[in-house]
Amino acid sequence: MAKITLNLISGRSIQQGVAMEGGKEKDLYRRACGIIELDNSDFKRLGCWKNTNVRVTSEYGSVVVKAQETSQGPHPGIGFIPMGPWANQITSPNTYSTGMPTFKGVPVEVEVAMDQPVLLGVELVQKACRGEI
Amino acid sequence: MTEYIIRNGHVFDPVQGIKGDKADIAIKNGKIVPDNEIGKSAKVIDAKGKTVMAGAVEVHAHIAGPKVNLGRIYRPEDKLFTSTPTKGLERMGAGNSIPTTFKTGYEYAKMGYTTAMEAAMPPLFSRHVHEEIRDTPIIDEGAFPVLGNNWFVMEYLKNKEIENTAAYIAWLLRATKGYAVKVVNPGGTEAWAWGLNCLSIHDPVPYFDITPAEIITGLIEANEYLGLPHSMHIHPNNLGNPGCYETTLDTLKLAEDYKAKNKFGREQVMHLTHTQFHSYGGDNWGNFESKSKEIIDYINKHKNITIDTGNVTLDETTTMTADGPFEHHLTGLNHLKWANVDVELETAAGVVPYVYSPDIKVCAIQWAIGLELALMAKDPMRCFITTDHPNAGPFTRYPRIIKWLMSAKAREDRISSFKNSDKVISATHISGIDKELSLYELAQMTRAGPARCLGLAGMCGGLKPGMDADVVVYNFNPDAPVTDPENIETAFSRAAYTFKSGIEVVKDGEVVNNGNKRTLWVDAKVRDNPLVMRDIKEKFLKYYSMTQSNYESLGHHFVPNPLAIEVDATQ
Amino acid sequence: MSKVITDVICPFCGTLCDDLEVEVTDDGKKITEVFNACAIGAEKFLHSQAKDRITRPRFQQPDGTWKDATYEEAADYTAKILCNAKKPLMYGWSSTNCEAQSVGHEIAEAVGACVDNTAAVCHGTTLIAVQDIGLPTCTLGEVKNRADRIIFWGCNPAHAHPRHMSRYSIFPRGFFTGKGQMSRKLIVVDPRVTDTAKLADVHLQIEQGRDYELLNALRVAFKNEWLPDVVAGIPKEKIREAADMMKSGRFGIIFFGMGVTQSISKNHNIDEAIAVTKDLNEYTKFSIMPMRGHYNVTGSGEVLAWQFGYPYSVDLTRGFARYNPGDTSSIDLLLRGEIDAAFVIGSDPGAHFPISAVKQIAKVPSVCIDPHITPTSGVSKLHVPVAFVGVETGGNAYRMDNVPIDCRKVVEPPEGMLTDEQFLAMVRDRVIKIKGRA
Repeated sequence: MAKITLNLISGRSIQQGVAMEGGKEKDLYRRACGIIELDNSDFKRLGCWKNTNVRVTSEYGSVVVKAQETSQGPHPGIGFIPMGPWANQITSPNTYSTGMPTFKGVPVEVEVAMDQPVLLGVELVQKACRGEI
Repeated sequence: MTEYIIRNGHVFDPVQGIKGDKADIAIKNGKIVPDNEIGKSAKVIDAKGKTVMAGAVEVHAHIAGPKVNLGRIYRPEDKLFTSTPTKGLERMGAGNSIPTTFKTGYEYAKMGYTTAMEAAMPPLFSRHVHEEIRDTPIIDEGAFPVLGNNWFVMEYLKNKEIENTAAYIAWLLRATKGYAVKVVNPGGTEAWAWGLNCLSIHDPVPYFDITPAEIITGLIEANEYLGLPHSMHIHPNNLGNPGCYETTLDTLKLAEDYKAKNKFGREQVMHLTHTQFHSYGGDNWGNFESKSKEIIDYINKHKNITIDTGNVTLDETTTMTADGPFEHHLTGLNHLKWANVDVELETAAGVVPYVYSPDIKVCAIQWAIGLELALMAKDPMRCFITTDHPNAGPFTRYPRIIKWLMSAKAREDRISSFKNSDKVISATHISGIDKELSLYELAQMTRAGPARCLGLAGMCGGLKPGMDADVVVYNFNPDAPVTDPENIETAFSRAAYTFKSGIEVVKDGEVVNNGNKRTLWVDAKVRDNPLVMRDIKEKFLKYYSMTQSNYESLGHHFVPNPLAIEVDATQ
Repeated sequence: MSKVITDVICPFCGTLCDDLEVEVTDDGKKITEVFNACAIGAEKFLHSQAKDRITRPRFQQPDGTWKDATYEEAADYTAKILCNAKKPLMYGWSSTNCEAQSVGHEIAEAVGACVDNTAAVCHGTTLIAVQDIGLPTCTLGEVKNRADRIIFWGCNPAHAHPRHMSRYSIFPRGFFTGKGQMSRKLIVVDPRVTDTAKLADVHLQIEQGRDYELLNALRVAFKNEWLPDVVAGIPKEKIREAADMMKSGRFGIIFFGMGVTQSISKNHNIDEAIAVTKDLNEYTKFSIMPMRGHYNVTGSGEVLAWQFGYPYSVDLTRGFARYNPGDTSSIDLLLRGEIDAAFVIGSDPGAHFPISAVKQIAKVPSVCIDPHITPTSGVSKLHVPVAFVGVETGGNAYRMDNVPIDCRKVVEPPEGMLTDEQFLAMVRDRVIKIKGRA
């Protein structure tokens, strides 16, 4: 299956906000934020069905999220992962001496990962801190 | 509470007419009492060879609120080399022209100030102002809500509805726990919301179609209708421009026919603030000159007016004012970073750093003008010393200003060391003035005068039994000749003792107790006015971005120790 | 039977809506309905009384299970780790009230901590730019009453500040804007066709990360000077169209967000956006406002500024305040491994910091004060639940335009649960005892 490169940005969504207030350990939060929104043209390049799990990898890490069709497109070449622990596995921590990590604009590779699960939010961070993923 | 007797000091108290005689001051239960009322266990403070005055009263400074804090936030460089560490009772502090709130309280108290008025409170932000006041230790404070560009005020005064204006003011003072009617660049700051201004008292305000003159006279009338402790307090139009003294005279003349009406001993109907900034002649920076004489002659002749000086201290400082258009103009002149906040229905604020360099002719002339006003004022009970902190300089420079006022030699040394001293001398009067302020006059200009002007004559600014025990002892011997004017500045920088409401708060220039500061505000009762209440309700529903209930919400945690000055205007 | 509490302030985002109405049972104990809130605010209120809420402090055991403790034990541990650390980080503050922040600052000063708030990962770069160039801004009511040109640059209020457009910026009928939406023109700059962009009169679908160039091009366009054919993916005709639209208004405002604060040029983007605003003031009246995220991040900045002199990333370790983002900021402190104790309150760095920084928090003694279970609590040694500010306790908060609004208490917290302020006071008293201060 294809590996495509994208420019990754992260940010807020209403679903992320609602799910956050409901509890980040819950499934609703994973369904709101453990996703990557892709433009249709990028789905074609990737060559998979919508709502497939994909592995997104950057220079800084790797995470499995569910690929969804974007509701705020078209934006070919851009992938959007709502802010949260999934996005933060792979965003750039580099602050360039400003104190601010580079949450927007990280080059990533996306490949299909149908058999790999999307972890729950709290679990994901705990496992990462223990070095298990 | 510990009782104190301050013995053998040279007392300067304009309230009792004591001009340096040796006298004892007795303190009991937070008040000054006759000597014979304290017990044998009273702690004795030896003030032999020292100067004793009431705690000083700051009539106008920008020390608490959104624009002050915007200045702090956007000027990290103001903190360089000015940090004071956590030490004893003192929280850490920082900031030169815009000190942090803890440092503000400590610095005032160490100089012998015990009461300070925050000069401009945007009513929408009252909670912010009061949070900062609460976090400023030791000194009593009050805050003046700004009203000169307020939509309610402009609409009522356009129709000459004084009673409605008064009802609105009373409501606003209660909602914001404010102290007085403050007017800044009347009409011009509303015009500034469209990028415009009112530079003369007759320029009409866009849409509201009222002139600054009408706003000013209307607010004087409303203030006297209410009988508030303080008068209308005004920062006139056209601040800072060459030739602005004419606008100032126009503004002053508006007060001519009015008489003060109140139960607090206040005699003025207009307090014109930071008069130095409003005393400029010429018509460009080249022929910029002092018109302090014209201004002070008028003030001297008209007893229903008080002023404060707004002395330039020749420092790097931060200007901040509700005169939004002026700040935009200033950044156009000096190209330093500009901050601005327009406030819905009420006012605006602007902030721009400024360097008053002694090498610049205009700055030196400004310095001279401020001192000329103080030295040529015939009634020291009507002319008070300020720096419009931080606009003309930090309040921590008061001892330096006192030095310049009390020592002609110190002035001469300063003048002769100006880069353009010839030009400065020919554009001002300062070189010809050899008057030296006496300690009694100093007490009038920094204690009794401002207290009376604020309507607090019964409470502070003097050492008469019954008044609050706000007392300061300075290491300054009036009998010894001044060999070096620097000693004046040193002596007034750090008090030997400061008492606030009977508690010893400063000793040998160090904070020894945080006291129990109060927030002064005015509770004015008026007749029920359903029309005004309905107008208020309507504007909150339609135009404000906050609900009326939340605007009026100023709970105990904001004002933990209020002192309400009651006014009954229901007659 | 029920009663409705009005003028309730929503404690979610920087929009700080204060017109919510919360219906509670007659005995005042249970929230049954929330009116006027957006979906997120409603969820915050309605979920606050969920049955699975953690109600007691708990220590994480080495095997990953949790052991309940008392608030006293929690305060003992917190005071101890803060006093023992050489460089503790006290982070967050944005989802609690100013009163709690103030007590927290007393602790930070007493132990010599680094104090930082969520601006570190949000509008910190805005603050840096403001410190360079200034800030022409206004209150949201001015936008409602006067603004006829609205620009959303690198922000998506439809998702992040859902009621912003209806309360302040697009739809309201204000004093001089009686035609509501029809009085206004909207320009949106965003690399995606966001739900906000769908409402725009002009959408500049910018090449992601090239905001600095486009801002600079606008400044050129204002002066009617030469432009290349395309800047940042936008054709010059569209740039001039936007520039003319801005200049022709009588009161304009630029709202901006993470699209410009977090992308590669960071503070330089904001600097340029403020310069655009300043330039526009030569032609008409223009302001600029950051879309603050948490409901009281602005408040944390204000309280830090009036107490210590700086709005975020404050280092108190030497006994006086120091400030140098990039050096004293949380992410950098963590990535350099300098932090030896972590105290997190009113925020969730576990979810919102890059994972490499979170790993550092997981390594050291740590406390997480939060009503919710979060990724931060999940990697902390101690989790202390507290009452929700704005729901179960009141307290002052500052809106994105710096306007202070006092949040309300609508219901009681769960039995025995403390507020942030109460727990912090317990910690402070213990710290003072340990440090031997007056």
